[in-house]
Order: sequence, then C-alpha cells, then structure tokens
Amino acid sequence: MAMSVHCDIVSAEGEIFSGLVELLVAPAAQGEIGILPNHAPLLTTIDAGPIKIVRQGGTEEVMYVSGGFLEVQPDTITVLADTITRGEELDEAAIEKAREQAKKALLEGSPDDTDYEMAAARLAEAMAQLRVLSQIRKYKK
Amino acid sequence: MAAGKEIRSKIGSIKNTQKITSAMEMVAASKTRKAQDRMKATKPYAERMRTVIGHVANADTDYNYTHPYLEQREVQRVGYIVVSTDRGLCGGLNVNMFKAALKSVLEWKGQNVEIEVCAIGKKGVGFFRKSGIPVVGATSGLGDRPEVKDIIGTAQIMLDKYAAGEIDRIYLVGNEFVNTMVQVPRVEQLLPLVPGDDSTKRSNVWDYIYEPDARELLDKMFDRYIEALVYQAVVENLACEQSARMMAMKNATDNAGNLMEELELVYNKARQAAITQELGEIVSGAAAV
Repeated sequence: MAMSVHCDIVSAEGEIFSGLVELLVAPAAQGEIGILPNHAPLLTTIDAGPIKIVRQGGTEEVMYVSGGFLEVQPDTITVLADTITRGEELDEAAIEKAREQAKKALLEGSPDDTDYEMAAARLAEAMAQLRVLSQIRKYKK
Repeated sequence: MAAGKEIRSKIGSIKNTQKITSAMEMVAASKTRKAQDRMKATKPYAERMRTVIGHVANADTDYNYTHPYLEQREVQRVGYIVVSTDRGLCGGLNVNMFKAALKSVLEWKGQNVEIEVCAIGKKGVGFFRKSGIPVVGATSGLGDRPEVKDIIGTAQIMLDKYAAGEIDRIYLVGNEFVNTMVQVPRVEQLLPLVPGDDSTKRSNVWDYIYEPDARELLDKMFDRYIEALVYQAVVENLACEQSARMMAMKNATDNAGNLMEELELVYNKARQAAITQELGEIVSGAAAV
C-alpha cells in the first residue's frame, strides 16, 4: 500500500476534508506543487485554482480553492483556504457566463476604474474554476 | 375590597410580562440554533489556524528578522479587545465577562501598566466608557450575521498601535461557548503570539521552506490569523448571547409563573375573608331584627 499522510482542508465556512491522503497537488505561490508523505516542512500561500488530493486507496478528488495557505508538517498537511468549492458543485454554464461578462467589462472599461480590477479578479476566478472542471473531466476519461 | 383589586391588577401585569419573556425565549431559541451553526462552521478554520501559527512560533526562523508579532517586549501598555453583546437581557453573560476582563486589567495596573480597550458590542462600549479606561476603538450594531470586514477595522486600530510600539501586548476577551447552559468568560493573549504546545516537539532546529519569502508570507498569514480569531470570538459570543438570553428568559418566565401562583393564593384568601365577613354581618344583622 502506498504511503499516506494526514491532511486537513478547512475553509472559513467549515471543514471540507480530513483524512489520509497519498498525494496533494495545490496551486502554490510559485507554481503548482505536489506534496507526498515525508515532505519537508513548508509554508506557502496558495492562489486560486484546483486542489487535487489522492485519498488513501487511490480515489482522486478535485476542488476549487480561491486562495489561502498551505502548511506541511512531517505528520500533517493543512490547507487553510478562503473559500472552497468541491469540483462536482461547480456549474460550468454559470462560470462561462461570468467569464464572458468579466471579459466584456474588461474590454469596455478603462484600466483606472475600480470596476476594472474587480472584473479582472472575476475573470481570473472564472478561468481557475474552468481549469478545475477540465481537470475533473480528464480524470473521468 | 380594595386590596383584592390591587392584587388582581398586579397579577394582570405579571401575566403580560410573562407573555413577553416567553416570546423572547422562543425567539432566542430559534436564533440559538443558527448562531451555533455559524459558530461551528468557523471553528475548524480558527483552530487549524491556531495550530499552524503555534508551529510558526516554534520554528527557528534563520532570517535576521523577527516578526514584530513574535517579539516579546517589555510590557508598558496593554491593549484589550473586548467582545460583548449589543443587547441586554441575557443574564450575567456580559457582567461575568467584564469581571474577568477587569481582573486581568487590575493585575496589569498593579504593575503600573497602562491599559487601552477596543470594544466590540454596545454593552462593552458603555461599560468601559463609564469605568474610565480609555476606549480607543468601538464597533457596535453588528446584528446576527457579522462580517469580517465589520470587525476588522476595530481590531486594526490595536494592531497598528502594536506595530507602532505603542502597545506591547494584546488580549482578546470574549465568552467561550461550552454548551447551551454554560458560557465561560475567556481572556486570551492575542499578541505577541504564544508558541503552541508542539506535540511533535523535535529536538533538532527546524524551519519551514517559505514560498514566497518569509516576511511577505508571515505578514499575510498573521493578518489572516488575527482576523480569524477575532471573527471567531465575535461569532462565538453571538452564540453565547442567544443561549444566555434563552436561559435568562426561561427563568424569568418560570419566576413569573411562581409569582402569579403566590399572588393568586393571596387574592383568594382575601376574597374569602371578605365574603366571610360580609356573611357574618348579614347573619348578625338578621339576628338583631
């Protein structure tokens, strides 16, 4: 059996996952990182994007995280996220719509507007969510 | 029968009060559940955050830089962030908590330390204004669904003072929710950070790999930590408030019931005495004729 390590994933809204994992992949500040058991202690921020975990036994799960922190200790991995959505709960049509709207706002607005920044943030979020969806689809095939 | 009438109206007024208290009890009961759910939802995040920060405080940062939040300074001024309720009628909840806060304040005052308070919640603002302790920040009227951004402004005042060296220690005071019946006041040191009990105590010196650099990361992390803790305290206090109010109103309703029973007895006695007297008068009147 593959080695595993305890992992807690919590967001400000509640505990999302707590259990043993064989692998965790997260969008860290300096690029995507994979954490395996016996990783060195690490503390990093995470960006918006997909978090993938491989549970003990090999089931994979992907969720969307909007940002937060990741801590690795010899015996635990802790993900402190701002918000988390489970991959299956993402609504592709709604995200696509949000992306279109944000794109439109970006094209029409001027870069000095506060709206412009908001739209840019929304666009980045929608793109990250779409990445999560495409990952999920990849695994299902 | 003047006495009888007086008692009647007294019973009437108690009955009205009882109606109000029992209605408030039911309102508080329904709010309790929601407040508890909200508290439970935020708890894991705050707890994990505490653990992680505890680890960070234990790590040997090899940079020539100690974060101000980790630095133990000589204590000359102490700040308190006190989380209280906006509304009263919740039993001894606020009073007990103020007592705990004052006890800690007096201890520091004994060592000639100056005190400043940031109050969240109307009751705390009022109490500390009256007690003569300088209130440097105040927020009230948070409602049943407080948001992080409503609270963080007040906490930020304290943090800025801490960063500027005007305050050397910050405490967070609030109520801890044990269960619906029991709420305990809690005075907790917020800054400088208290190293957590490292269950995985390692003998060798260790440090994290930081991504991006330590300074930037820790700044962000500590801000989020304080935010999470203060927010958690507010949400927990809300759950305490509703439970305490429910219990206080339940007691008030029961007491009103007892009082009414007693008055009812007095009233009936007075009524019977009056009838007996009247009968006696009639009988003796008839005998005289």
